[in-house]
Amino acid sequence: MLKQTENIIEVKNLVKKFGDFVANDNLTFDVKQGEIFGFLGANGAGKTTALKILSGLSFPTSGIVQVAGFDVYREREKVKKNIGYMSQKFSLYEDLTVKENIRFYGGIYGLSGKYIKEKTEDLLKRLKMENIKDSLIKSLPLGWKQKIAFSVAIFHNPKIVFLDEPTGGVDPITRRDFWELIYEASDSGITVFVTTHYMDEAEYCDRVCIMDQGRIEAMDTPALLKNQYNAKNMDEVFIQIAR
Amino acid sequence: MKKILYILQKEFTQIFRDKTMLPMIFGVPIIQLVVLVHAATLEMKSIDMYVIDKDLSSLSTKLVNKFEGSPFYTISGKSFSITEANKEIENNKADVILHIPYGFERDLIREKSSEIQLQIDGINGTAASLINAYSTSVISDFNKDIVVELTQMPQLAKIEPIAIQTSYWYNPELNYKTYMLPGILVILVSIISLFMTAMNIVREKEMGTIEQINVTPIRKHEFIIGKLVPFMIIALFELAFGLTIGKLFFHIPIVGNVGLLFGFTLVYLLVVLSLGLLISTLASTQQQVMFISFFFMLVFILMSGIFTPTESMPLWAQKVNIINPFYYFMRVIRMILLKGSEFWDISREFFSLLIYGTLMLGLAVWRYRKVA
Repeated sequence: MLKQTENIIEVKNLVKKFGDFVANDNLTFDVKQGEIFGFLGANGAGKTTALKILSGLSFPTSGIVQVAGFDVYREREKVKKNIGYMSQKFSLYEDLTVKENIRFYGGIYGLSGKYIKEKTEDLLKRLKMENIKDSLIKSLPLGWKQKIAFSVAIFHNPKIVFLDEPTGGVDPITRRDFWELIYEASDSGITVFVTTHYMDEAEYCDRVCIMDQGRIEAMDTPALLKNQYNAKNMDEVFIQIAR
Repeated sequence: MKKILYILQKEFTQIFRDKTMLPMIFGVPIIQLVVLVHAATLEMKSIDMYVIDKDLSSLSTKLVNKFEGSPFYTISGKSFSITEANKEIENNKADVILHIPYGFERDLIREKSSEIQLQIDGINGTAASLINAYSTSVISDFNKDIVVELTQMPQLAKIEPIAIQTSYWYNPELNYKTYMLPGILVILVSIISLFMTAMNIVREKEMGTIEQINVTPIRKHEFIIGKLVPFMIIALFELAFGLTIGKLFFHIPIVGNVGLLFGFTLVYLLVVLSLGLLISTLASTQQQVMFISFFFMLVFILMSGIFTPTESMPLWAQKVNIINPFYYFMRVIRMILLKGSEFWDISREFFSLLIYGTLMLGLAVWRYRKVA
C-alpha cells in the first residue's frame, strides 16, 4: 500500500485545561494521509480529550489544530463533513434496527435515499448481517454492535475516522475481526485515528503515539519503538514509558 | 430540509416503538380528564353538621330540620356538649357545629331576635367560606319563614325591597366540569410537550448518541426542529383528543372557533417546547430533568388560575404570571371554548406568547451547544 506523505492532521502546541487540570499538555504531532495512527495511554492520560478536540466536539484551550485542511476552531462544520467518529460510549440507537440506524446517520450526512439503500445492502452483505438487518441494536452482542457502529461511522466516506477505544470489552477474536474492518477502511484510503489501551492493538498501527499524564512521551512506528526501548513487544515499551 | 425529515422519521419510529408511549398518549388524557374533572370540584355536596340544640323547642327543631332537608347537609351527630362537638371537628367527623342556645325560641318570640352560633372547621379556607355561604342562605331562608309565622302577616314574606336576579353568563348552571375540563387540557398538553421534549434530548445525552450527532455536520436548527416538531404534533393531537372526550362525555360547550384555538396552541407550544429544550440543555440526566420540570410545572400550574382566579391573587403574583405560559393558555382556552372569543379578544395573549416564545426559543438554541 502506498502511503502518502501529505499531512491530514496537524497539531501544534495543543493545550486543553479543565480548570487547573491540564488534560493535554502541549501536544504537537502530525498524521499522514492513509495512516493508521494509534493513540496509546493509560486511562486518564488524555487520549479521549485530544480525540474530542480533533473531531470538533470540544474546544482547545490553545494551540493550532488542523484536520483535513481545516481549522477545528474556525471551520468546524467543514471539518465535520470530512470525518467519521465512533466513541467508546455507545453511539447507535438501541431501540432502532440495524437498517434504521444506518439510514438515519446516512440521512443526516445528507446522502441521498437511493445511495443509502444501495450502500446499506452492500454493507450488510459484507458484514454478513443481512439476516439481522431488522433486529433492534439492543438485541445484538457487543462485538456486532461495534462493527456496525464502525461501519456507520465511515458510511459517508470520510477522509478520516476517529475511533475512541472502539474495542473495549470484547474478546481478542472479536477484536481481531474488528481490526480487519479497520484495515479494509484504511485500504480504501481512509485515515484511521484510533485510541486504545490494548497494547496488542498498538502493533497493528502504522505509527503510534504514547501519552502519559497529558504529555506525548514517545511517537514512532511500533517496530522502531520496540527497537529503541529494547523491548519484545509494545506492552514492554509502554511499561517502560509509563514508569 | 431533507435532513430534518430523517430526524423526524427516526423520532417517530422511536416514539411509537416505545411501549409506554401509546398508553401515555391515549391513556393519560382519558384518565386525567375523567378522574380530575369529577374529582377536582369546588362544589360541597356533603357537609357534615354537628348539632347542639340546647333549646329543643319547636322553632329550633324546625331550623335543624331545614338543614337536614337540604341535599348539602348531613347531620353527623347531636348532643348538648360543646366538648363533644369540638372533638368531632378535631376528629374530622364534622365540618361545622350548629349551636342553638337555650332560650332561642323564647327570645325570638319576645324580643323578635335571637342568636345562634356556627362554628366552621377552617382548615380548608375555600371549603369553610362555602359552608358559611350555604349555611347563611339556609338560615336566611328560615328567617323568612318564621317572620311570616311570628307576625301572622303572610304578605311580609313577599316583600323583597330589591329583587336580585342572578344569571351566570357563559356557564349558566355554573357547571364545574365546563370550567375544569379546559384547564386540565392545558396541563395535559403542557406536560406532554415540556416533559417529553426535555426527557427525549437528555436521554440522547445519557446514551451518548448526542455526541454522535454533534460530530456530524448537521446544523443546530435542523436538529432542534427535528426534535421539537414530533412533540408539537403529539401535543396538538392530545388537544384534539381531549376536546373530543370533553365534547362527547362531558358535553362541554365549544362556542368559539376551534381553528383559532389550535392556532393559539401552536404559539403556546413554541414557548413550552422551547422551555423543554432549555431544560434539556441545563440538565445532564433524566433525573435532573424531572426535578427541574416538576419545579416549573408545579409553580406554573398553581399560579395559572386553574383552581383559583388569578384576579384574586396578590399583585406581585399577578406580575409573576407575566412569565407563566400556563396562565395565558388557561385564560385563552376558556375564553375561546366558553365565551367564543375572537382573535381580537385574545390578541394581547397571542402576541405576548409569540414574543415570549421567540425569546425562549432563541435562548434555548443559544444554550444548546454542539461543542463543549
